[in-house]
Amino acid sequence: MGKTLVEKILSAHTDSKDFKVGDIIIVKLDFAFSNDITAPLAIKVFEESGAKQVFDKKRIGIIPDHFAPNKDVKSAEQCKTMREFAHKHHIEHYFEIGKMGIEHALLPEKGLVLPGDLVAGADSHTDTSGALGAFAIGVGSTDMAYAIATGEVWLKVPPVIRLNYTGKLNKWVSGKDLILYTISKIGVDGANYKVMEFSGEVIKNLSMDNRFTMCNMAIEAGAKTGIIEPDEKTIDYVDSRAKRPYKVFKNDSDVTYEKIIDYDVSNIEPQVSFPHSPGNAKSISEVGNIKIDQSIIGSCTNGRMEDLRIAAEILKEHSVHPEVRLIVFPATQSIYQQALKEGLIDIFISAGAAVSTPTCGPCIGGHMGLLAKGERSISTTNRNFVGRMGHPESEVYLSNPAVAAASAILGKIASPEEVK
Amino acid sequence: MIIKGKVWKFGDNIDTDVIIPARYLNTSDPKELAMHCMENYDANFIKEMNPGDIVVAGANFGCGSSREHAPIALKAAGVSCVIAKSFARIFYRNAVNIGLPIFESIELVDECSKGDILEIDTDKGIIKNLTTNKVYNTTALPEFIQKIISLGGLKAYLKEELKRREQNV
Repeated sequence: MGKTLVEKILSAHTDSKDFKVGDIIIVKLDFAFSNDITAPLAIKVFEESGAKQVFDKKRIGIIPDHFAPNKDVKSAEQCKTMREFAHKHHIEHYFEIGKMGIEHALLPEKGLVLPGDLVAGADSHTDTSGALGAFAIGVGSTDMAYAIATGEVWLKVPPVIRLNYTGKLNKWVSGKDLILYTISKIGVDGANYKVMEFSGEVIKNLSMDNRFTMCNMAIEAGAKTGIIEPDEKTIDYVDSRAKRPYKVFKNDSDVTYEKIIDYDVSNIEPQVSFPHSPGNAKSISEVGNIKIDQSIIGSCTNGRMEDLRIAAEILKEHSVHPEVRLIVFPATQSIYQQALKEGLIDIFISAGAAVSTPTCGPCIGGHMGLLAKGERSISTTNRNFVGRMGHPESEVYLSNPAVAAASAILGKIASPEEVK
Repeated sequence: MIIKGKVWKFGDNIDTDVIIPARYLNTSDPKELAMHCMENYDANFIKEMNPGDIVVAGANFGCGSSREHAPIALKAAGVSCVIAKSFARIFYRNAVNIGLPIFESIELVDECSKGDILEIDTDKGIIKNLTTNKVYNTTALPEFIQKIISLGGLKAYLKEELKRREQNV
């Protein structure tokens, strides 16, 4: 029986022989990273454990992106802790404000996570890098302390479910809509402890930006990670960026999956996930009249070039509705700069949007766009839990960037088709 | 270890933003985190619960972010154990790693109510509901996880591992 690319990546990173699904194995990491929420705790555990040095200063990323630029004194202290740790241990991939981006967009962009890698990140959206054909898992801070001290983590070997997408994508339907639709079908724990492998002709034709979006939200179905088998598009993306050699793993032709689920995308419309679960997705035609106070375009889910281009295409020569705040935050500095060069930032500002430096701030209800009691936001981010973006009685609706842009113009959740 | 405590009951898909909202994550101080534990779900929980109380919840407890601050907040609030129908995977490993006892039992969750008194033998995984006099067996944890828990968490395991490696060099 053949092997999946997941089994092949795990085999290449462990001394355990003949492991099977459910076994606990220790794996060697190619890259380990953490942010200003998870790193300070990891550093504390690292120091209390008596560890003297990190496993490899070239294979650790430390990224202040959540409450950075520092939102208050406590956040400043957290960022200081990680900055000092990075300097003390000569960590090569510490990204200061100004060079920083949201970690899950930044690391692939910089060629620091690569196909075939085994990656651990102290952030649940680490699964984003699965779009490169890496096995990338979110872990906690104590795991991260263990990882930076030893270069290893423990994990339970997961089964793989294959999600196969066929048919023709409708206009305005993106990777975001496919993943929201999928989560609504399999449930928010539909892939708990499992790997979601996205495949089929639709995925083959999907851009890297959209593939990142899909893998990013595998965690929202409980998955250990999402993954896409590398192809020419992956290699095109990676080749000019890779900072070290990498290995491409592919599925054998005769592999068996725990489950294969087929989706015909021809009937899928843009999706909107209603509060308070990413799994509450409805088609845009079924949304009804829902007024909004805020629209957020950006994040590790939808803050890449294609996302900004499509938002600008809709906002061009339009104005943000007088009762709506639109905040656009590109995911990395390079994306921000490219958007400037392409004139997208000018379109956003002319329409009346606020444009922010990269940060996770609004997505997590941290800073830069919190909601008051009773307020409502449409957002291209990944979670709409109770209180996610501010007051426990505020509401978040998740969508793709085209819908978020159209909604900002019309003051209610709207399809791009409604913008004349 | 024997744990005895009163039940607080929660539903399915209790996410980490509910357990500890991100707006409080500008600190990793357990005491401060504990003050806001479950605030988005029930602001009275932290005022009314007593140290040693047990959280009983439905499926997919701890879904969402990887913040270890979630099990830390529960532990620092005095929660002695979490029993759920199932756990989201990162919460599960975080709880194990910081030494917060967790158990899975669909039957127990379905059959117990707020205020019931449970007695848990953590080594054997046997849970007694002293209010209803019913006994539940939970699945034994894998050996590796039992080892981490018996040491008190992954930090202690790391300490041992670093010593072992030093001696082998």
